[in-house]
Amino acid sequence: MKREIWKGSEAIAEAAIRAGCRCFFGYPITPQNEIPEYMSLHMPQSGGVFVQAESELAAVNMVYGAAASGVRAMTSSSSPGVSLKQEGISYLAACQLPAVIVNVMRGGPGLGSIQPAQGDYFQATRGGGNGDYRTVVLAPANIQEAVDLTQEAFDIADQYRNPVVLLADGLIGQMMEPIVWKERTPRTLPEKTWAACGRGNRDHNNFITSLLIDAPSCEAHNLELHKKVLEMEKNECRWEEILLDDAEMVLVAYGTPSRVAQTAAENLRRQGIKAGVFRPITLWPYPYARLREIAALDRVKGFLTVEMSLGQMLDDVNLAVAERKPVKFYGRCGGKIPGVSEVERAVQEAWKEVK
Amino acid sequence: MKKEVILSGFGGQGVMSIGKNLVEAAVAEDLEASWVPSYGPEMRGGTANCTVIISDGRIGAPLVERPSEVVAMNRAALAKFESRVAPGGTVFVNSSIIPDKVSREDVTAVYVPCDEIASELGNPKVANMVMLGAYVAATGALKRETIEAMIAEMFTGKKAKLVPLNLEALHRGMECGKPA
Repeated sequence: MKREIWKGSEAIAEAAIRAGCRCFFGYPITPQNEIPEYMSLHMPQSGGVFVQAESELAAVNMVYGAAASGVRAMTSSSSPGVSLKQEGISYLAACQLPAVIVNVMRGGPGLGSIQPAQGDYFQATRGGGNGDYRTVVLAPANIQEAVDLTQEAFDIADQYRNPVVLLADGLIGQMMEPIVWKERTPRTLPEKTWAACGRGNRDHNNFITSLLIDAPSCEAHNLELHKKVLEMEKNECRWEEILLDDAEMVLVAYGTPSRVAQTAAENLRRQGIKAGVFRPITLWPYPYARLREIAALDRVKGFLTVEMSLGQMLDDVNLAVAERKPVKFYGRCGGKIPGVSEVERAVQEAWKEVK
Repeated sequence: MKKEVILSGFGGQGVMSIGKNLVEAAVAEDLEASWVPSYGPEMRGGTANCTVIISDGRIGAPLVERPSEVVAMNRAALAKFESRVAPGGTVFVNSSIIPDKVSREDVTAVYVPCDEIASELGNPKVANMVMLGAYVAATGALKRETIEAMIAEMFTGKKAKLVPLNLEALHRGMECGKPA
């Protein structure tokens, strides 16, 4: 298959169009402006709709409207902009509307910086909006994966009638790499019989609301949603293991830091430390079970979590490892990317303590 | 094989596009490649840079602390990145506008009068193609034919007349980059 060179943000936009996304609503913010820019030209050419909304909140509510009518819809933003969309994500989850939300993370909190960061892990994996809901969170570490996961995100959203978050960092959005457009086998998906797209010959109106004012019916609704949460946890978990087969020191990282960790692990092996990388691809559901198995192996002496934040995924690593082995942490934040030698030093320090 | 290059210069000098050309050529040779731009609150007229990695294996960290080569198209670029080059690496200096010499003795310096050559060829815009030629000749990282084929594909239709000019710029650069 022919390899093409694509920039991350543009590749994500093209992947969405190829996945059948026909409505895109956004509001500009660095470092993901290439997504709406690409959409503004190519979405109309694909017979779809592009709207630059008046705000992030408006954009996510336009997604709500489009998704309610049964159309594949997406919005994208970066950290502070995604904060503004949280209300809409909660409503999408409550109303069981499939949609894809792309967050190309930058430094925070607040307006922060425009460089790559991973400070939105808690917001993405715990749900930044109100109420009991979860979103599948996909974290690409290269442009090929960004393309593949964007396309699959629409299938996952439709299968569970639930919003899906593509959580990339600014570097994935800005960098270029060769990719191939693979032949995809789409999932077998349920028909959207619930869509509010005109009554037609139906004997009832499809009515979409998140207001369930009466406690027993609201609880029943939550229990319905929770069944899907359990299904997603069971079916959608994925991760990658790099140099892990004989590893004694395990680096855990996602997105850009997982690539830094990979290079660090290769270098550390030449220095006599058997390092490997555990890379979660879904941040929710988190691959707790596999990480727990790895933590139980005799040869594994310890873990080092590497993030572009001050330790958010670290909580999940600790939940998985559950004190079976020591868990150390190295992070940079605010838009700084950890260097390979910094990570190597952090592993060397940790190794002295755990071996 | 792994090349980790930082290319730096004024916006408009074509450093980003030399980087993209390297990635295109690498992909044409079935290698892995990545390109990361510096982005941020940049100043108009300021120095821009990008990091390119070419490898025959999977690429991990897309940014490098100690590049194997630095391509400096202006004085600020040389000042900023000379100290970062890995020992044994190479520094490419656009000697048309950089009066300084490379001060380190553990790296190879390649001086390329990019703008002078481009002016001689009658088009200042091909200065970056001169530098690309020097890089390819000095490192041997990519095949000459690959780059030539890429240039032929780059300019089509009305712009096809630019192919011979760019090829000449490439070849003049290769003369400068040829190992002594």
